[in-house]
Amino acid sequence: MKVAIVTFPGSNCDYDLYKAVQQVGADATFVWHRERGLEGYDAVLLPGGFSYGDYLRAGAIARMSPVMEDVIDFAAKGGPVVGICNGFQILCEAGLLPGALVRNASLLFAGKDVMLRVERVDTLFTSNYQQNQVLRVPIAHGEGNYEADESALDRLEGEGHVVFRYVNGAGEPTDAANPNGSRRNIAGIINENGNVLGMMPHPERAMEDLLGSTDGIGIFTSLATSLSAVAS
Amino acid sequence: MSQFRLEIRVRPRPGLLDPEGKAIHHALQSLGWDGIDDVRVGKAIYLDLAAESAEAAVEAGEAMCRKILANPVTEGFEVSVSEELAGAGA
Repeated sequence: MKVAIVTFPGSNCDYDLYKAVQQVGADATFVWHRERGLEGYDAVLLPGGFSYGDYLRAGAIARMSPVMEDVIDFAAKGGPVVGICNGFQILCEAGLLPGALVRNASLLFAGKDVMLRVERVDTLFTSNYQQNQVLRVPIAHGEGNYEADESALDRLEGEGHVVFRYVNGAGEPTDAANPNGSRRNIAGIINENGNVLGMMPHPERAMEDLLGSTDGIGIFTSLATSLSAVAS
Repeated sequence: MSQFRLEIRVRPRPGLLDPEGKAIHHALQSLGWDGIDDVRVGKAIYLDLAAESAEAAVEAGEAMCRKILANPVTEGFEVSVSEELAGAGA
């Protein structure tokens, strides 16, 4: 599996992602935002960070980078795309995912472990998890408050496009378990075709016991499994 | 062509929670300003550009808002000419 990790000025989770991809036995390659062409890659990942200093809106300027045309094209052809944290913000700004990420309701930067419930296991990115499994994964963001209008939210829920939700230890999506004010405790969503995933939490920081959790590994093994199934 | 200075105001859509506005509201109340109903925080972008007319300048600003300056999911915008600068060709 060949994975492109797209980097922007201000990306800072790119090496974590690189290591996570290698950990599941795949090839990782950095693709600078000014480069063009994503042919030959099996998946494209957009890392977290603060591209362009979050100027204007988080992800708004990165979205205009030359490589984003190729990311949009790659996604349109059904290629798997994952955006984590700032990557999720960029995917929303690019229109590859609905909604937007706005300032945390607390106004505070939230950097801590959260609990996530896996809402869908029939995706390219979550097949190695159990339905309703609760994961411990860190977040680190100031603008992770998922916002969309009621009809868009109903559509996401109705079509099963909510993949991860913030929950408490018992797996319940309570207000107290919601770290940023996201509508309906949404932490991660998938697009209609099921090939574009965006999530605020950082699975690439939950890959080793030393880091406090290995619950993020499933995203990367699921993707590797799905891609090898396609190839064979 | 003339030079126009555009004032572009981008603000959170009505009904959208604006935590920054809320925090400022509380700060103003604690300083003794009572009777404030609501505080919303947006941003203003000023830019100078050449256009055939004030209307064309505003249209260009609105196109910029739709393309990048505002996010239609969360923000509304207003564009106006704040002043007409010296005509470029005059």
